[in-house]
Formats: sequence, structure tokens, C-alpha cells
Amino acid sequence: MTADPKGVLTGAHYLDGDHAAAEGALAAGCRFLAGYPITPSTEVAERFAARIPKVGGCFIQMEDELGSMAAILGAAWAGAKSMTVTSGPGFSLMMENLGLGIMMEVPTVLINVQRGGPSTGLPTLPGQADIMQARWGSHGDYEIIAVAPSSPQEAFDYMIMAFNFSEKYRVPTLVMMDECVGHMTEKIVIPEPEEIEIVPRKYYDGPKEDYLPYNVDTDMIPWMVKAGDGYRFHTTGLTHDERGYPVMNAECQDKLVNRLLDKIRSRVDEIVVLEEDQIEGADTVVISYGISSRVAIPAIEQARADGMKVGSLRMVTVWPFPENRIRDLAQKIGKFVVVELNCGQMYYEVERAAAGNAETLLVPHAGGWVHDSEDIYQAIKGGER
Amino acid sequence: MSEAIENARTFLRPSKKLPTVWCGGCGLGILMSAMTRALARLGVEKNDVAVVSGIGCTGRLPTYVDFNTLHTTHGRGLAFATGVKLARPKLTVIAAMGDGDALAIGGNHFIHACRRNIDMTAIVANNHIYGMTGGQYSPTTPHGKRGTTAPYGNVEHDFDVAALAAGAGATFVARSSVYHAQELDRLIEKAVLHKGFSVVEAVSNCYTSYGRLNKHASPVDMLRWMKENSVPVGKAETMEPWELEGKFTRGVIVERELPEFIEAYDDLAERLTTSPSAVERVKSILKSFDETAERLNAKAE
Repeated sequence: MTADPKGVLTGAHYLDGDHAAAEGALAAGCRFLAGYPITPSTEVAERFAARIPKVGGCFIQMEDELGSMAAILGAAWAGAKSMTVTSGPGFSLMMENLGLGIMMEVPTVLINVQRGGPSTGLPTLPGQADIMQARWGSHGDYEIIAVAPSSPQEAFDYMIMAFNFSEKYRVPTLVMMDECVGHMTEKIVIPEPEEIEIVPRKYYDGPKEDYLPYNVDTDMIPWMVKAGDGYRFHTTGLTHDERGYPVMNAECQDKLVNRLLDKIRSRVDEIVVLEEDQIEGADTVVISYGISSRVAIPAIEQARADGMKVGSLRMVTVWPFPENRIRDLAQKIGKFVVVELNCGQMYYEVERAAAGNAETLLVPHAGGWVHDSEDIYQAIKGGER
Repeated sequence: MSEAIENARTFLRPSKKLPTVWCGGCGLGILMSAMTRALARLGVEKNDVAVVSGIGCTGRLPTYVDFNTLHTTHGRGLAFATGVKLARPKLTVIAAMGDGDALAIGGNHFIHACRRNIDMTAIVANNHIYGMTGGQYSPTTPHGKRGTTAPYGNVEHDFDVAALAAGAGATFVARSSVYHAQELDRLIEKAVLHKGFSVVEAVSNCYTSYGRLNKHASPVDMLRWMKENSVPVGKAETMEPWELEGKFTRGVIVERELPEFIEAYDDLAERLTTSPSAVERVKSILKSFDETAERLNAKAE
């Protein structure tokens, strides 16, 4: 299906990434945002709060990020497309109910406009050091989907992508922005509603008495219902059977957890989106995501101008990890250069997948500003920073 | 058997067989039946009720009732319920919580829910202890009483749940106990009918964890304590403070009118299209966003 025109501000605009993300959410059909103010993400909530009453929906400022994350899960069960937005310290608080969303299989979207950490860190300056928290921050075994825009246009586009992922796979989806993308102002083009592809929620419409909230077909994705539509259901964060009722044993745990993992793991290749440039015949492949991929461009161009064979692999989706692609590339190239605004996170995933078949170099940065592209150039060139 | 009780039985899930997870002598079964009687008398459609809970013994209540039921994380029931209600206002939303769930880990959500005045009902089952984890002292364990983490008596002081709710701005606050089961269901009925945020404190008993640690001879002894140590609100007004020492009041404690959140939000949305000044305000806010973007760009260049 295509977008509901009510939320789509078709035309060319001049927006920062935060505002563009809010427009992306509205275009995707998001009608409920619960949030708590935190720099550098607040502008998403501000724009949404200004726009939503006329579009038809609701914004609520909750008492904290624990409550925000809980409220968006509740709204999703009541039929809304919902989201929240935060930055590092709030992201930590949201990990609790992110886990609940994964366990209850709630389609919803969470933006993290990353800043420097740990703790309060650098509220107004960029970082990409929450990328492993995005993968592993909540307790227990799970799989998650995350995307990383590198421009306001992508902030808009990837919000729609994130909502579509969340609906298709019934998993909370993360939009891992960073302060640079959030506060960078660029031209964005919002298409006509009928040009925006929307994945509808997988609603159950069979006989009411037969509905089981966690019954699945071979696709491993349960049918959802909207509270109030006549399909009464129970859902819980406890380990549960297909009726949603708690079952406290290893057998049920094994079945449930493995399905939650497999519904994503078995579809990594259909989920993963990579932007590859001149990979064929490259000696070196620069791996990057978010703002770092833009900072890497001058270094890559310089290296190519100097005669080096450099490819670029930009991760549009950062989770699930493109394991197969990296493993395959490692057989063909000499080295990976990983550029990220942290002191080594995705780098370890690349190194693991490369499995010694290609060298893996990190261009680290503790955050607070973006890389000097000279550092990236040196890593491409010599291997030593 | 009255019709309401007959109907209340149909509010129990046929697919979830009794007994419950609760211990023999627990007050939560009495509370659950009071809640179903209240809803039966109100004639609600089962499909239009959502019961949300957090964690703990009370957290298990939704499992047994045949509504849309959502068992969430510790303390977050009300925040979760907030999303349910705002996304589907036609639902009758009830959040069932224990004292630890509502007032310790969920205390912040509780006071803000009281303040916001969204049309839903919080039922706080107050058994003065963390029951499911085995009897640790809670925010409502009275001073001097024992818990497994207060083995020599609680050095802290307890919340008065109803006073806290009233102070935080709840527009309907009532209290009764599981001894006064019929009064409790009448109060739950009133709370659900009330337009705005309502709180019902149901003083309950946990014999297994609280009773045994605090020298109660039996669950019946604990119910007797509720009978002998509670005073109707009207009568309490005629009594001296020293006469009320160690006792709790029962009945409707607060009942007032304040604009309800969803109605206020809907009114606002309506005004943004109909009122010329509000329409201008929307335009000027969106314009200010654009101007900020242009200014920042000029600065960057």
C-alpha cells in the first residue's frame, strides 16, 4: 500500500535531520509519539508535537524514557503506528522496554540521535558509540533491525524504511542517527504519497474464537490484532506459548527465543541494505555508516586519485550484520578499513567476519567531532594511522 | 445469584483454568472478583476493556480475565496503559498494580498519571510487601513491621497511597479493602465511571510473606485486622487524629472535575482547523522551523 496523504508534506524542503525524521515518521503513518526531551534529539518531538494534532494523532511528553518506551508499545497494541526518540542516556533507559517490545513482537520505531558518551558525555556533539548497545543493550538473546542515515534526506527515507521493517518482521526497529545528521540542514525532497511504499501491519482476520496471538505460520511472524476489535488476547514479557500465556520451562523458552532469533536470522539477506561503490577489484574496502560514511568520501577519492584501488561499503542497515557479504569480500580483498565515531565497535564484527582472510583496520574516534579525513586516508594508504 | 455475579463469571477466561498463581488466603482473588463484578454491573463489552499490569503477584491478574490483557514490565503498567488509551480512546483501560509496582519502581509513572488526568483507572492492591519475591519491605510496609529485608523491623516510613494520589492530582481517589469486598466493587464501579484518572487503593493481604513475618495467625486474622482497623470516610471526619492512628479510611476520598486529557487534546486539534488565530499559530510555528533552518545554514556557510 502507499502512504496516507494526511501525513505527507510533499515537496522540496530545507530541513535538518531531526525535522526530516519527524516528517519521515508522519509520512510512514506514525500517529503516536511518546518522548522525553533530550539533546540532540528533541527537535524530532517538537516538530511532531506541532504537526500531529492536525494530521490526526497524538504526542505525549512522558515523565521519562522508561515511560516513553512503554507508552509506544501500548499504543501499537491499540492499533497505532508509534515511535519514540532519544539520545544516549535515554537510550539506556529504553533498553528495558525495548526488550519487552522484542518479546511481545511489537512493531514500533525508536530513534537514537547519538551523542558522545559514556554517561552524560557530550550532549551537543556527535558520537556513534551506541552502535553495540543497539545490538546488545537489552538483556537476553534477541535480534534487532537498525538503520543509520547519513543525511536529512536519508533521515526521512530511512524512517519509512524503519517503519516498514518493524511492521514486516514485528520487531522494534532502531534509527541510529547521530548529532551531525540530526542537526545538519540540507534540501530534502518529500515525494507524493502514492510514491511512498508502506508495509501494512499483518492483521489477523480469521474467526474470532480461533485467534492465538503467538500462533505462527512458516514465516515465523504472528498475526497482530488491535485491542478493541473483538479479538481478545493476552500478551506478556514472560516466556509464553502461542496463546500468550506464561509457560515457565526450558522447552517453551527454546521454542520462543529461537523463533524470535530465526525470524530475523533467516532473512538477513532480504533485510540487509548496503551501498557499495567500486568494490569490484578493490584492494581495500572502507566500511562506514551514518555521518562517518560522508567523512570517508574525500579520503576515498584522494586515495583513488593516488592510484589505490579502494571500494566503499556503506551500511544502510547496521543490524543485522551483513555477515555473509563481509566474509565473502574478505576472500577477495587485502584489507577493510572501518570508520566509526567510537573506539572500536562495528570494527570487531568486521574483524570476526573477515576471520583472518583480510586485514581489518580501525580508524577510531572518541566522538565530539567527526574524523579528520586525512586519518582515514592514511589508514587506506599505509595501514598505520 | 445476582445477574451481576453471573455476568462477572463470564469475564474469567475459559482458556485459562483456575487455580491462579496466587497462594491460598491471598486477597488478590477477592480483588479480581470485585473488579469483574464492577465491570459486569457497568455492562461493559468485554472487547472494549483493556487490563494492563506490571510485575508481581498483581501483575498476574490480567492473565485470568477475558479482556484485552497486557502484562508488561515492572512499574510500567500505567505508562503502557497511557499508550493504549491514547491510541484507542474507546477502550475502558484499567491498570492493576501492587504497592511495590505502583509506588516504588513505578512511582514516577503513578504521580504523573494522576496529574495528567487521562480517563483510565489504576487499581493498587496494597498488601504492604513484595509478595512474589518472598516478602521484602515495600513503600507501604508500615514503620516497624518486618520484611525479609527488614528483619528487625522497617526503619522507613510508608506512603499513604490515597493521599499520594490525591496530592499528585488524581480526580477520583477511593480506598477499601478485600475484607469489604462489596464496597470495593462499588468503588471500582464508580472509579471506572469517573471521567478522568481514577485510583482505587485495595488494601489486601499477603499471608504467606507479610502475615507470617508480622505475627498474623492466619489470612482470616489479616481480614479481621482490615475490619477492625478501618473507618468509613464520613465517620473519620468526626474523629480526632489520635483515634485514627494505625487505621485507614474507606470510601471516596477525592472526587472532582478537571478537563480530561483526550478531550482537551481533541478540542485543541479541532481549534487548530477552526479557529483563525490557532490556524495562524500553526503556520507561524512551521515558519519558525524553516527560518531556524535557513539561519543555521547561513551560519554554516
